[in-house]
Amino acid sequence: MTLYILCFTLFLVGIYGILTQRNMIKIIIGLSFMEFSVFLFLALIGYIEGGAAPILSKNFESGNFVDPLPQAMVLTAIVIALAANSMLLSMAVKLYRKYGTFDIRKISQLKG
Amino acid sequence: MSTLVTLFVILPLATAFLIPVIGRVINGFQRTITALIFLFLSILSVYILINVNPHIYTYKIGGWEPVNGIPIAIYFVLDGLSTFMLVVINLIGAFAALYSIPYIKRFTAENNYYALLCLMVGGMNGVVLTGDLFNLYVFLEIAVIASYALVAFGVEREELEASFKYQILGGIASILILFGIGMLYWNTKSLNIADVSDILKNTENNKAYLVFTQVFLITGFGLKAALFPFHAWLPDAHSSAPAPVSTMLSGVLIKVVGIYSITRLFFNMFEISVEVSTIIIVLGVISMVFGVFLAVGQWDIKRLLAYHSNSQMGYVIIGLGMGMLILANNGSKPVAALSIFGGLFHLINHAVFKGLLFLNAGAIEFKTGTRNLKEMGGLSESMPLTYSTSLGASLAISGIPPFNGFFSKLIIILAAIKGHFYLLAFLAVLVSIITLASFMKFQKFSFFNKANLSPGRKINEVPFFMCFSMVALAILCLGLSLLIFPGVREIIIDPAVDVLMNTGSYFSAIME
Repeated sequence: MTLYILCFTLFLVGIYGILTQRNMIKIIIGLSFMEFSVFLFLALIGYIEGGAAPILSKNFESGNFVDPLPQAMVLTAIVIALAANSMLLSMAVKLYRKYGTFDIRKISQLKG
Repeated sequence: MSTLVTLFVILPLATAFLIPVIGRVINGFQRTITALIFLFLSILSVYILINVNPHIYTYKIGGWEPVNGIPIAIYFVLDGLSTFMLVVINLIGAFAALYSIPYIKRFTAENNYYALLCLMVGGMNGVVLTGDLFNLYVFLEIAVIASYALVAFGVEREELEASFKYQILGGIASILILFGIGMLYWNTKSLNIADVSDILKNTENNKAYLVFTQVFLITGFGLKAALFPFHAWLPDAHSSAPAPVSTMLSGVLIKVVGIYSITRLFFNMFEISVEVSTIIIVLGVISMVFGVFLAVGQWDIKRLLAYHSNSQMGYVIIGLGMGMLILANNGSKPVAALSIFGGLFHLINHAVFKGLLFLNAGAIEFKTGTRNLKEMGGLSESMPLTYSTSLGASLAISGIPPFNGFFSKLIIILAAIKGHFYLLAFLAVLVSIITLASFMKFQKFSFFNKANLSPGRKINEVPFFMCFSMVALAILCLGLSLLIFPGVREIIIDPAVDVLMNTGSYFSAIME
């Protein structure tokens, strides 16, 4: 249970970062925090106390296996998040070249 | 037949891969192939819609058969609702691709543009076809990441800022959706939508747990659909993107990743409940009313149109939500069917007329170089085709007969009265009137007022392909009114309505 609570705390830290920070890079870091808390949560779903790796071998014994599906999901989700994050960072760099600042309060042409 | 279903995903993804490779060598490859592929897919989807529609096809990726009734493969499911959405996506996509041929020439990196457009359409086709929750997330990300890049395609200050905002909010939405999917998997140990629905129905569930999951999913998909409290990114992103991309974003993307996903999950997967349908209706009403009030004061054409998308999405959501509420209350089935029919009818209508309006705005910007209504005027003489098509679309969106928007709004209002939602009916009429007022402003300032443009600028009609797309969509604006008639309606929209009406039969239709 502690693990789930810690995981959710990480999620909240991420939201706090996105809501309060004014620096674009810090906002992106906050978003990554949220992403990784969800990845941890997915990995925790499949975990079973004392479970073995789910590999079917010759001397197969029935026993506790951890669920492999969430692990596959986490790997896919990490790749997607990598793409999204690199895109965000490149956008932040482009914005920095246009405005000369990372402060989102100074980057506000779109209003209304 | 069921192998043909995979073409909707494979063809756009393969084209997206081929364009940067071959387009480098052969000039013009990227332009032709994208339009041809989308035209082919739209013909295929219309063929499926007309000929084989009530049947449900499933395709199991990798050919893994279910073991002891537990599905192993990822399923592609083609039913009435999916077919209907496929027609919308590929038809609007084809016209947007044709329109792009002259429009995108002024940008560099044409190859990247067409590759991203193909990725976006491929992702959306996948979202509509897939029967697997995690696969839904993956396709959704393909579609939205391509759209982030397309919004920033101009790489100027505004585009970058809009795209950054869109990406942060879209990223939060994706995380919430993934979290919701994780919660569902934890509870049911399955990812197949049909299987999950069966498990949720037949086992004892912790109610609080389910509500928690549903809240995350509604927030996530609501952010993607830009329902009112989550709408902040929409006017920026939709107004900054190049015109054909705005058409795809406003006409198709918010419907597919937002409304389609909400409908599919909350009608067919979760058991419909009064609470969820009330939340959906309330979100719809708020976006409908506030969207239109924010739109009236805008002077930027595309921003005005973007706020109207927000407001018109409210109508769609209200139609679907009322149907859900009536079904959950065990009310009269014909009224629920009418309401859902109105919602879906308005969905396809909005895709057509809002797509057309964004193309018109793009044509105006293409020739005059401005999006500000105060800086233009008198265009009705120099751009007659743009003028007449945009007049048609404006009348359609404000609900003037005989255009399609009138009939779908009428049906939604009728359903609201029959279902005793009098306040909703009143608000729908009121919003429609304000919409008319705001589009009269658009028409007056862009086409009728004295020309206000910088002198020495000669304005004439836009190139052929841009005109072609606009005229074709304007004809569709009139033609879709035919869907109201019995006979046409049974073929095209009723199979989709049936999927949503028989909420319990999704499992039996797919797994047996």
